[in-house]
Amino acid sequence: MTPTDIPAPSIAYGPLWPMIAVFLAAAIGVLVEAFVPARRRRPVHLVVALAGLTGGLVAVALVARNHHHPTLIAERAVAVDGPTLFIQGTLLLLGIAAVLLLGERSLDSTGGTFVAAAAVVPGSRGERQLTASSTMQTEVFPLAMFALGGMLLFPASNNLLLMFVALEILSLPLYLLAGLARRRRLLSQEAAVKYFLLGAFSSAFFLYGIAMLYGYAGSVDLGAIFTATGTVGSNDTLLYLGIALLSVGLLFKIGAAPFQNWTPDVYQGSPTPVTALMASGTKVAAFGALLRVFYVAFGPVRWDWRPLMWGVAILTMGVGAVLAITQTDVKRMLAYSSIAHAGFILTGVVALNRSGLSGSLFYLLAYGFSTLGAFAIVTLVRDADGEATHLSQWRGLGRRSPALAGIFALFLLAFAGIPLTSGFTSKFAVFSAAISSGATGLVVVGLIASAVAAFFYVRVIVLMFFEAPAPDGPTIAVPSVLTYGAIALAFAVTVVLGVIPGPLFTLADKAALFVR
Amino acid sequence: MLRPYIPILFLGILGAALAVVSVLGGGFIGPKRYNRAKLDAYECGIEPTEQAVSAARFPVKFYLTAMLFIVFDIEIIFLYPWAVAFGRLGLFGLVEMVAFLATVFVAYAYVWRRGGLDWN
Repeated sequence: MTPTDIPAPSIAYGPLWPMIAVFLAAAIGVLVEAFVPARRRRPVHLVVALAGLTGGLVAVALVARNHHHPTLIAERAVAVDGPTLFIQGTLLLLGIAAVLLLGERSLDSTGGTFVAAAAVVPGSRGERQLTASSTMQTEVFPLAMFALGGMLLFPASNNLLLMFVALEILSLPLYLLAGLARRRRLLSQEAAVKYFLLGAFSSAFFLYGIAMLYGYAGSVDLGAIFTATGTVGSNDTLLYLGIALLSVGLLFKIGAAPFQNWTPDVYQGSPTPVTALMASGTKVAAFGALLRVFYVAFGPVRWDWRPLMWGVAILTMGVGAVLAITQTDVKRMLAYSSIAHAGFILTGVVALNRSGLSGSLFYLLAYGFSTLGAFAIVTLVRDADGEATHLSQWRGLGRRSPALAGIFALFLLAFAGIPLTSGFTSKFAVFSAAISSGATGLVVVGLIASAVAAFFYVRVIVLMFFEAPAPDGPTIAVPSVLTYGAIALAFAVTVVLGVIPGPLFTLADKAALFVR
Repeated sequence: MLRPYIPILFLGILGAALAVVSVLGGGFIGPKRYNRAKLDAYECGIEPTEQAVSAARFPVKFYLTAMLFIVFDIEIIFLYPWAVAFGRLGLFGLVEMVAFLATVFVAYAYVWRRGGLDWN
């Protein structure tokens, strides 16, 4: 075929609108940075970002209504099917809550949780002046929107190269955002550098995996790789190498062991609203991509990779649950808890049947909101040096602020999987799916890990409610309606999914079919 | 079944041995008589300037210039093939290219308004 024969590709733009809306809002955000005076930028950014995310949500609803048949659009590169729409809807809702947290500025007596100018030397006099200034680096908003746009594209890509591009779009802004905390600049910059270096490594693994799979199947299309796994006589070494290397990249992003080492440091150092976005959004998007790759492309060779995923799931649950016990910092504890939860969701992935997929989707939505709400509450407990994240400072918090501590306790109970919270229903969904696929041993390990994890969640609750508060303990900051909105959303989802999970289960079950 | 690979193994060992022997041997038995001409950059190299060694820093502003250059470089890479194939790509190509140029100019407007083009 000569180059002149290449026909112009055709793209149906309609189902792309959820992503276009978010990217458009991000681009407008950059223009806001360029043309709106510094004082008025933050409210304008908030309006633009929320409008983009709401528009994306409306677009998801319209696509779901008009496209009953899952399709592959843009030359088979983007899949418009149930899991895509479910995850995109989840991400957009989480994005709205996260943007509300990013926009909060009445917390730090000065002007928000973000640094006034990122390029200032930590510990210098200039830095001390900036800590007290009331401005913030408002590029946070367009960066977060670009990251969210990448997250929307990541689980929708049916083509490994597009998936890699989406991975970079979602990662690069997050590397930057991690380094923008107002307080504890050194820790924040360390988090950014660590996340960047390790993330770059994992991207390289991902890319190498793509190269191997291209060598195996002669295509980067997931459907073509699926077809190639069915033919006899191809070079299976390339396939296995490709699966392994690709898994490294994906497992790094979801924070599964043994690629979890970055998680506590980055979660601790990043500004807490950004941590909330990473812990919920990135995890949802990366699991979406993982599910698509393994269910669509590697389904026929499941007997080769399933034992490996078993091991990874067991290791992840174990490492997360056991190491969380020893943590003395709330953010690090939540980070290890997120590792343990990655392991729980992996049991749903390993099930490799329809109920496993729907259970994982349900779990992602439920967990995303609980963890976002938990981090939102972490932003409120403050002393003179900013957030008071040491667990000893949380002693007796329930006596000072029973409502807030109660909501935090609810999120912890949801993490522990106590009935009447979303955590119970979602754990039940993935574990029962795993049992129905014969992975009973894995579920036993999961239950033991849940019991271990419940110990440290309950320990925090005991600390908050049954111990006397320290005399010079932290105060509960009074946020604006933005943080309250985010917490209320997370609280509502956690309770509603625990009490009446039926409608969302039905939706997740209806959505749980990948197009190939 | 691994027998056909044995010659390759030997070839690899032979190659590695040759490399090691020639590098180490040159160091051990070669005469060491240095003069000015020998220490210069060989044939096509230019004289290294003092700055790179003694004052190892150069202004960070060049970094911005380099990034802007890459932005426009990539833009041109896409523009030339598009211009050549404009007739065949038709409306689709036009829409895509306008969207692409718009995003590049968004970045450019940001750099311009935030003082990235001032050299002071």
